[in-house]
Amino acid sequence: MVPNAPVPRPHPANPAVPMLTQPFQIRRVRQETPDTFTLALQPAWGAAPFCFLPGQFNMLYAFGVGEVPISISGDPANTQTLVHTIRAVGTVTRAIQKLKPGQVLGVRGPFGSHWPVAEAAGHDMVIVVGGLGLAPLRPAIYQILAHRAEYGNFELIVGARTPGDLLYYKELEQWRGRFDFRVHVAVDSAGPEWRNNVGVVTTLIPRARFDPWHTTALVCGPGVMMRFTVQELLQRGIKPENIYVSMERNMQCGIGLCGHCQLGPYFICKDGPVFAFDQIEKWFALREI
Amino acid sequence: MPQVALALGDKLVITAPHLEDLLQALQQRGFTLIGPTLHQGDLVYDELASVADLPRGWTDEQEAGVFRLKPREDQVFFGFAMGQHSWKAFLLPPRTKLWQAERQGHGFEIVPNQAETPKFAFIGVRPCDLHAIAVQDRVLLEGLYVDPFYQARRRSAFIVAVNCTRAGGTCFCASMGTGPQATSGFDLALTEILHGPEHYFLVEVGSNQGAEVLQEVPHKPATAAVQLQAENMVQETAAHMGRRLDTVGIKELLYRHYDHPRWEEVASRCLTCGNCTLVCPTCFCHAIEDVTDLSGQQAERWRRWDVCFNVDHSYIHGGSIRPSAKARYRQWLTHKLATWIDQFGCLGCVGCGRCITWCPVGIDITAEVRAIRESEKKE
Repeated sequence: MVPNAPVPRPHPANPAVPMLTQPFQIRRVRQETPDTFTLALQPAWGAAPFCFLPGQFNMLYAFGVGEVPISISGDPANTQTLVHTIRAVGTVTRAIQKLKPGQVLGVRGPFGSHWPVAEAAGHDMVIVVGGLGLAPLRPAIYQILAHRAEYGNFELIVGARTPGDLLYYKELEQWRGRFDFRVHVAVDSAGPEWRNNVGVVTTLIPRARFDPWHTTALVCGPGVMMRFTVQELLQRGIKPENIYVSMERNMQCGIGLCGHCQLGPYFICKDGPVFAFDQIEKWFALREI
Repeated sequence: MPQVALALGDKLVITAPHLEDLLQALQQRGFTLIGPTLHQGDLVYDELASVADLPRGWTDEQEAGVFRLKPREDQVFFGFAMGQHSWKAFLLPPRTKLWQAERQGHGFEIVPNQAETPKFAFIGVRPCDLHAIAVQDRVLLEGLYVDPFYQARRRSAFIVAVNCTRAGGTCFCASMGTGPQATSGFDLALTEILHGPEHYFLVEVGSNQGAEVLQEVPHKPATAAVQLQAENMVQETAAHMGRRLDTVGIKELLYRHYDHPRWEEVASRCLTCGNCTLVCPTCFCHAIEDVTDLSGQQAERWRRWDVCFNVDHSYIHGGSIRPSAKARYRQWLTHKLATWIDQFGCLGCVGCGRCITWCPVGIDITAEVRAIRESEKKE
């Protein structure tokens, strides 16, 4: 188990009306990759602080089009600006992509469980992400770096399809320049200009330095990537209860009532999306669950 | 009328003609009466104006995939089990508007749906359906978040239960511990007794409000003989129930068998039409729909019942989590009888038998579970 007691999770500001969305104004838009962009949001009126824990998500609403669950990818210490990184893959995310600074979208949240970052203080930290999986883990990275002295070794392992698909490219470069944690990056395929690792992200795991008995690992990425990453981490001796994964399902209400996000006995939106691996091991292995 | 105040648990008798007084007493208190009635030759739950709207003298014939209404020899009010409707249509309606929004400049303003909550009195709730309401209470009121729409309707509802003196063709409540006797969750519970020329109801008081309402209806104390007769009739019903579902260790049983060949077999019959989920009194899944008017200035958010047999139900970018019929049937059945226990501390099935009756190909949940259980014995 993680060394410290669980931190109580934040809920929507007015839990009596979790079905109502709150208007937030877009302050900045940044294109991350050809199909992925990051929004910085602030409440459209009033400036109530938005508190969340790393790994939690919001339901983002494009006026009249629909709503999608998107994990929060900003700094949890910054309660004034809400940051989301979104890949435009469906009707709603494409509608959100068309919004310009000054325009408004709806926000409901924060919902769901969180990465046990504060709870893991004292442990070595290993974060393994694939593709867009870096977005829900960036808040955890910020929080660990803000309290860096409280943790042992910190290894960040990042995988992407191509160098052009790497999220937060500049930030990754800055992080690689630091002496207080190690960043490993691999891409599945690249042109000759890429002078770093080529291969699946799991091939980097043997390079990470940690004391397996006192390590917490946080894993997020596509299903296949998580499956092989968890296997590799288990082989290196990390206990299943100290490996955390973030699961994905259809989510519509965000509040555990609509039934779409079931994974066996769990509702991903309220029992997850972050689970300790031992909690969902049985369900992780089943197909079409 | 007796002056003695009625109390919880009191048992009284009202004669058949005074059923109308009970309905009127509820109407005078502002309740809209909802109960069984015949509509275009079908047995539905709908608004009742008086006892004349009850399907008096009718009964139902039910089997897997079969439902027929037939006239009875006698004139009892509640001589049938139930139709395809359940009370969830009134507590968790098929469509509910959650809010609307109006575009304003670059943004929009949200206006919550503040429609007045209807005040329903449900007439003729069967014991299994009382349990189904209690199950939905757990799901929608007792979790991390509360459904405010369900809560408002549920709080204002008045429930007149009717104990079962005849088992329907697909009922299995006795084996689920949910009937045929109402034990809690009602304001008043009736047992209808037709004995020669005598036609009356034994009434049990289940709430203070129930006592107040009954105070306004001519009644007399129930003799021990009447109470015994009612008990016998209900016990007789339990004894004549054609189906049963063995729930001993059912969660563990199903958790052991996610890869059982029976799922493939039942999927070869299942049409994935979702009838079972729509008639199920505990199924609560709903989809969220966002719509706009033609000008694009007004938007609304609705929820409507959803069905886990739809491929869309588990859709995430890139495809469905459960593309096969096998996986979708397995999701439905294991949710009802296994994962529901982990989620809400109770079963998601109350043994009403609707899913069996209204399945167009007659798939029987009790038979599916039995097949899996018996395959274990053979091993």
